[in-house]
Amino acid sequence: MSMASVHSSTPVPVVSHATESGALEDKVTVRKLNFFYGSNRALKDINVSLYTKRVTAFIGPSGCGKSTLLRILNRVYDLYPHQRAEGEVLLDGKNILTPGQDLNLLRARVGMVFQKPTPFPMSIYENIAFGVRLYERPNKADLDTRVEQALRRAALWDEVKDKLSANGLSLSGGQQQRLCIARTVAVKPEVILLDEPCSALDPISTAKIEELIDELKDDYTIAIVTHNMQQAARCSDYTAFMYLGELVEFDTTSKMFTTPSDRRTQDYITGRFG
Amino acid sequence: MMSLYRRRRLGNQIVLGLSLLATGIGLGWLAVILGTLLYKGASGLSLSVFTEMTPPPGSDGGLLNPIVGSLILTTIAVAIGTPIGILAGTYMAEYGRFSRITYVVRFINDILLSAPSIVVGLFVYEIMVAPMGHFSGIAGAVALAILVVPVVVRTTEDMLALVPKELREAASALGMPLAYVIGKVSYRAARAGIVTGILLAVARISGETAPLLFTALNEQFFSANLNGPVASLPVVIFQFALSPYKEWQQLAWTGALIVTLAVLFLSIVARALASSRKTS
Repeated sequence: MSMASVHSSTPVPVVSHATESGALEDKVTVRKLNFFYGSNRALKDINVSLYTKRVTAFIGPSGCGKSTLLRILNRVYDLYPHQRAEGEVLLDGKNILTPGQDLNLLRARVGMVFQKPTPFPMSIYENIAFGVRLYERPNKADLDTRVEQALRRAALWDEVKDKLSANGLSLSGGQQQRLCIARTVAVKPEVILLDEPCSALDPISTAKIEELIDELKDDYTIAIVTHNMQQAARCSDYTAFMYLGELVEFDTTSKMFTTPSDRRTQDYITGRFG
Repeated sequence: MMSLYRRRRLGNQIVLGLSLLATGIGLGWLAVILGTLLYKGASGLSLSVFTEMTPPPGSDGGLLNPIVGSLILTTIAVAIGTPIGILAGTYMAEYGRFSRITYVVRFINDILLSAPSIVVGLFVYEIMVAPMGHFSGIAGAVALAILVVPVVVRTTEDMLALVPKELREAASALGMPLAYVIGKVSYRAARAGIVTGILLAVARISGETAPLLFTALNEQFFSANLNGPVASLPVVIFQFALSPYKEWQQLAWTGALIVTLAVLFLSIVARALASSRKTS
């Protein structure tokens, strides 16, 4: 019965909403997760779930640990020494924090889009084809199709179809960000992590990316970190509020934005701090 | 209040004047050097400089053997030094970015970077020329390669360090193994800078005399035999300029002009590449 099922002692209320599409499955389950930058504990006993084909938003003031949490889900933090996670992160029930986890295979399943657009210094076509070729060997025609599909998914095809050989860096900021989304989608991940994907973009580009998120959730499990509360309200199904490294409250977005149960959530959402 | 403002304006003008003066002095000497070189060197420029061998004292000749010798030595030095430099720089900027050994290597590399080239010449003399029993072109190339390595290590590391970490994270987040991230993304982003570093290294060694005096020495005739002495422009300039013979002195000026123009050309290409990196 509980959808926002909670796996520990953290005082997160159990939700009793029923959603239109029936039972929810955990795609990613985070249990008693702690994270350390050196000796600095940045996350404290986090318990949360990302439900299959749902959008989960993470909100909270700067430094509360929401980006840190996202960076654990594909272990991109592992690029740096002195960063350490303890606890469990289950992807389809399997803990990805074990030392034996193959990081490249994990990241192929859990894609990520960053705050700053990061097109590779190569053509628009290559930006997408490159990732596809990492794990597959499609022929030219199939590859062309994959590139086109990915660009269409990211609502970028019409703008770039005549200049696929142009450098990815020649695009505008909003186009670059959509290129990065296309690149992530093209490798067919199961989960997409969006780390403040619109913070460097103008309102029109932001609107396009929000529309995109809405379409992508038909196929992908999505987590989005955002500073923009309206954005969280607009495009997510579930919202988690984090504060000082703790997960304060996690619930359906509609409940979080209308009747949050924690005082701090309410204060943050109504703009009293943060 | 106005007097305070006027004093600041005056101070500004004094500093501006001093800065212009200092710039003028620096550029002035450069202009004098280039002018002298052009004046003394250009009069000796002719086709025979590029087609004839260095002459015996008192007769006419050209600089063909030292030009070819310099090209050979430089090419081999770059061929040896560049891969070592790029690989070491790659280790320091990518694999060992946070490791202790990188700090140690960087420190030692900086010492090597500023080591007097004559020391490098003596070193190669000890390890190659003395055991072999004779001067050789290959020893000269090795000495120059030792000068190439620290320049390339430094620029490669610096240029790779300028690649935004977000780009690396984004590439890794696609499931790209680290070797791919470096080869396909980091190198591409830093390519112009790395090439610039190699060109600067070439420019640095093309004027080096001291390391070659102890290693490749000189050869009056055309020789592509790297097991024996090989002529090079800097050494020929050194020898001819100190000689009492008019023809040799003229050839020394002309050789100096050729080296300078070549280095100038390389520097301009390096600059152009570096600025194209910024705009791309």
